[in-house]
Amino acid sequence: MTKLTHLTMADALAGLAAKEFTAVELTQAHLDAMAATKELNAYIVETPDVALKQAADADARYAKGEQRALDGLPLGIKDLFCTEGVQTTAASHILDGFVPPYESTVTTQLFRDGAVMLGKLNLDEFAMGSANITSHYGPVISPWSPKDEAGNFTRKLVPGGSSGGSAAAVAARLALGATGTDTGGSIRQPASFVGIVGIKPTYGRCSRWGIVAFASSLDQAGPMTRTVKDAALMLRSMAGYDPKDSTSIDLPVPDYAAALTGDIRGLRVGIPKEYRVDGMPAEIEKLWQQGIEWLKAAGATPVEISLPHTKYALPAYYIVAPAEASSNLARYDGVRFGLRVEGKDLKEMYENTRAEGFGAEVKRRIMIGTYVLSAGYYDAYYLKAQKVRARIAEDFTKAYEQCDVILTPTAPSAAFGIGEKMDDPIAMYLNDVFTVPANLAGLPGLSVPAGLSSEGLPLGLQVLGRPFDEATVLKVGHVIEQAAGPQPLPPLVS
Amino acid sequence: MSLDKATVAKIAHLARIKVPDSDLEQLAGELNTIMHWVEMLGEVDTQNVEPMTSVVAANLRRRPDAVTDGGYPEKVVANATDATENFFSVPKVVE
Repeated sequence: MTKLTHLTMADALAGLAAKEFTAVELTQAHLDAMAATKELNAYIVETPDVALKQAADADARYAKGEQRALDGLPLGIKDLFCTEGVQTTAASHILDGFVPPYESTVTTQLFRDGAVMLGKLNLDEFAMGSANITSHYGPVISPWSPKDEAGNFTRKLVPGGSSGGSAAAVAARLALGATGTDTGGSIRQPASFVGIVGIKPTYGRCSRWGIVAFASSLDQAGPMTRTVKDAALMLRSMAGYDPKDSTSIDLPVPDYAAALTGDIRGLRVGIPKEYRVDGMPAEIEKLWQQGIEWLKAAGATPVEISLPHTKYALPAYYIVAPAEASSNLARYDGVRFGLRVEGKDLKEMYENTRAEGFGAEVKRRIMIGTYVLSAGYYDAYYLKAQKVRARIAEDFTKAYEQCDVILTPTAPSAAFGIGEKMDDPIAMYLNDVFTVPANLAGLPGLSVPAGLSSEGLPLGLQVLGRPFDEATVLKVGHVIEQAAGPQPLPPLVS
Repeated sequence: MSLDKATVAKIAHLARIKVPDSDLEQLAGELNTIMHWVEMLGEVDTQNVEPMTSVVAANLRRRPDAVTDGGYPEKVVANATDATENFFSVPKVVE
């Protein structure tokens, strides 16, 4: 029989319903696996007491035949979601000791549907990073990292970021699924790096209420899972209208799993020529071609499209996102929550608190944001970036006159080692070159595992869709998943 | 244009982050690298383009101006380092 931790969410639900095992057994299996793999540093806080209580409640519902959509499924929660009574850090020193007195809308909905919380997952500080190396709680190590015979890592690979703990936990079988958030690629890029599925829904699909804010016009929550079907199941629970988020959209949430019919005949798949970037490894290009062939074989029609402003997406993002961050992170001042470092007066207390509480990358982004919003520079930088953003969004609107979805690689490379790409912030930012445009335009995007690099590391393909058409994105992702076939397990998973 | 040490010190002050003088030079270098890179936005023709402030086309919703939540000050101040009688305390501001 398959190990309990290796089940998909869909199979676990079937097993629970058939009374093959209990939710407590399923949860305990995950807690044991977590205890045995602390070296990955995937979890910041483990919540076994909460988990076992929720699992027992789920078992009671199964006994009465009153089970819910995700009843008894053990999940990890990115530590950017506020969880009532459970420490929430955003992986920052400045939130030391913060215990939210409220629950985020997304986690409220997951718990409403019976999900079990195993703990809070590590991430880049305030979700700012693409390698999960900026966490105050230390880097997350990918379960794909090679070891020698003595069991020591010979190279520590990054799991991607910012949802690196979520990616590592799901790939390493330390959770059946996890929540992520995606501001510039933070669900899709780590999903690609560890060989799992991740979807960033359309902006407005999942409530942002109770998620620690990074860049409010770009942030979206989404599921990270091992199969497209699991992503469909989890997204249905996470999504939906919330009056507490003024940008939440009041639209019905479809049954995404029902959309996974495998039938994509006649679908037009846009292939953007501008995504053939200089220096992209040949194996990424090859994988992309393979993806096109798979979709063609399933009856879809590839269409070459143009997204002419693609190369301006990253620089526009690196103005808009830091500007919003500098405003959002103004609240961390040592007065109402988290760290306080005293000073001789109020102003010095603010400055000391923020100097000690924020890490280097967060400070850098706050300062860029402060600069581009400051008097005399606002028009030249911030307003200009917002106008470029409008042109990028317009590119997609025009492209969708010719196609129904867009297929691209998720990231320009496979995972790299911790410590590499550290000297040059722009080299790190380039990780998100294919994912950032969807955030700027607010579009749904999915990463699905499609193969391995020459080094044997996972590579993902990205499917972008029209606004609020996650169903088609998942349907196409499912076809790629089926065509790619079963993918190997990470070496640390047995 | 380039950010000099004095400009970086001014930004740090606006952002309320204490930066020691000895770090200003290096920080200026890092910020300049990023600011020079984003200069490429100047190549984009944005004549007659409205700045995009939100991807959601909908207007913000209205609701009645009524109290719908609250009444638990002890929960509100529960995370403060220094809370006295349900107030946030700060160093003395007015002499």
